Amino acid sequence: MADTTFQADSLSEMQTGYARLIRTRRMWNGAMLALFVALLVAGFMTADARNAGGFWNGIDNVFDFPVDVIDEAWEKSHLLPGHFAKYFPSLVETINIAAAATLVGVMVGAILSLLSTRGLARWPSLVGLFRRVSDILRAIPEIVIALVLIFVLGAGPVPAMIAIALHTAGAIGKLYSEVNENASLKPVEGLASVGANWSQRMMLGIVPQVAPNYLSYALLRFEINIRASAILGFVGAGGIGYDLKNAMSWGQGKFDEAAAIFILLFAAIVLFDQLSSYARHRLTTGART
Amino acid sequence: MSNAAILTETRGLFRRKRLVAAAIPAMIWTYLVYIFFAFGVPEMIRTADTKNAGILVSDSYSYKTHVTRDNRSGDIQIAIEGERKGRYDAGISPSWVTLAETTEILLDKGHIVLFGPEEIRYDIPGYGLVTANPGRGGVNAQLPGGDVPDWINASKNRLTITTTAGRLTITRNRSEVFRYFTGWELFFFTLDSPYHGMGLSEVLGKSVSGEAGAIWHDFWTNKMWRHSDVAWAIFETILMAFLGTVGAALIALPLAFLAARNFTPLGAARFAARRLFDFLRGVDGLIWTVVLSRAFGPGPLTGALAILITDSGTFGKIFSEALENVDDKQIEGIRSTGAKPMQRYRFGVIPQVTPILLSQILYYLESNVRSATIIGAITGGGIGLLLTQAIITQKDWEEVTYYIVLIVLMVMVMDTLSGWLRRRLIHGKPA
Repeated sequence: MADTTFQADSLSEMQTGYARLIRTRRMWNGAMLALFVALLVAGFMTADARNAGGFWNGIDNVFDFPVDVIDEAWEKSHLLPGHFAKYFPSLVETINIAAAATLVGVMVGAILSLLSTRGLARWPSLVGLFRRVSDILRAIPEIVIALVLIFVLGAGPVPAMIAIALHTAGAIGKLYSEVNENASLKPVEGLASVGANWSQRMMLGIVPQVAPNYLSYALLRFEINIRASAILGFVGAGGIGYDLKNAMSWGQGKFDEAAAIFILLFAAIVLFDQLSSYARHRLTTGART
Repeated sequence: MSNAAILTETRGLFRRKRLVAAAIPAMIWTYLVYIFFAFGVPEMIRTADTKNAGILVSDSYSYKTHVTRDNRSGDIQIAIEGERKGRYDAGISPSWVTLAETTEILLDKGHIVLFGPEEIRYDIPGYGLVTANPGRGGVNAQLPGGDVPDWINASKNRLTITTTAGRLTITRNRSEVFRYFTGWELFFFTLDSPYHGMGLSEVLGKSVSGEAGAIWHDFWTNKMWRHSDVAWAIFETILMAFLGTVGAALIALPLAFLAARNFTPLGAARFAARRLFDFLRGVDGLIWTVVLSRAFGPGPLTGALAILITDSGTFGKIFSEALENVDDKQIEGIRSTGAKPMQRYRFGVIPQVTPILLSQILYYLESNVRSATIIGAITGGGIGLLLTQAIITQKDWEEVTYYIVLIVLMVMVMDTLSGWLRRRLIHGKPA
């Protein structure tokens, strides 16, 4: 940053000084912008060069596949209700993975967050340790844990559930500890004075204060986890993602099934997004019916 | 109200509270029990492969060297992990193998295996001598008297001895000894490099005396661990996240003006922009990835575009909400100086929303590094691809461990970096 104070004896001197400052600043901003654009362009060209099909070749074909799918689904539209019925159980499984993972992850994460909030921690000297634990849980992408667990436990919904739950625990541990920091300590002190132990102090003193925020974050996490669970299905963890992968590998002639899965997944995501944003709105504004 | 009435009302309230307090955990438990059976957990526990778990854990921090004898020709081959890339040249052996007429293989804890011209001998301390003459009639194993312990598996055509010091397998055609070592094999240099087996100080000394280029070359082109490919993969993953996030922000910003109530009085345009954002978000990264990889093939560009499209929707929503909350006074002030609309946006609006936009972009950049790992596994690019490939082979668990460590480090470094940038750019704190 350039020096922003200067001494001026006359108006004209002040004007030239100001103009000079503006020029330097513009030059810096321009240089930063040029550097940024250069980075972006170079990055794009590198990515393009390392891609199997180039961007400019592929751009013409972007709509080929969606058009194929839509055409085929339209032609065989009478089959779609049957496909919906066929894949609905997989969708339920995907949502169950997300729901169970959110439930378990939020419970673990809430305990982690209480243990890693200064002033509330059960063992104040271990606050740093529990923070690192949630940092690491958050840093490991779900797919890593899911793939390793699939090797040990076999393909199925449980590896995906555990993987998403662990990641959720880490993310929630951080979010909730920020919420906890704003909670009033007075109820905790009151409970301590009547001899309540740590878990009673937390359950009765803190959780009622933070419950709306907890719930709101948990719902947001549930939205994210539905998407994650669909993606993990694609790498072999069951649910609708797995069916999508199979339907895609059958190729042309079976795209009506892929279309049915696309529609189911899209509808589920939009439905749960809407439900959860409605519920979160109610929670944060405190509206009652 | 009489005291009695207050008392009954209070009791009623307490009863209801208790009911709710009991009902919520009961519902959660019921759901978890349902999940327990719906996911087939009992079945899974029964079929879970504890042996796989054992392999995974032990392989992640140790490796084995195979000494293999072709029972027909008598040729002996020594290879790390049994891979061609880790094979010793003929006539060269590690210090614990003495190549001769009768090859001597020293294992830990005083276990010795001898590959003779005809006979294979394994001297197991505390048990006795096992001999075998593999040939036409089978393995022809001779065990010391007494019951056969469960770590020896002997049949006519196969003998397997698994001890804590190593493992010997003899079939009619092949005899093979595994010796286990702690660590990651050949991590720095492969066997064909002259620097293999040198200590750190020796390598440093050589690099000072002008061999730094050759040392770096041997390390960088290590065929076992492929350090240059891994570095490229990490770079590709970060590149996907960067291009996707920044591209999405550049596309979403102008569209967000369209979707903001105070900038677009025209309801239809607002509605269209908002539904576009909802659609982009709702279709979800998975579907975009699948659709785009059809057009662009596997690679980092596909991943970047998938992130770009999904996040355009998210950013559009966030940015338009930020734009709806800007303060009109600053815009009016700019307008009073005779500024045109573009100038009003540039100097009246952008400075107000920049902190929110930047912090959101950085937050998504950091979470997209994780997403790019996952998307890479689907489209085939970056570290996600290397990880899935290593897991699918089901034997290179030390590589899997290496990649996992790298991914976690990458994510943590990006978190720290974006946190630092956020503090510096938004709160104006010096570094």
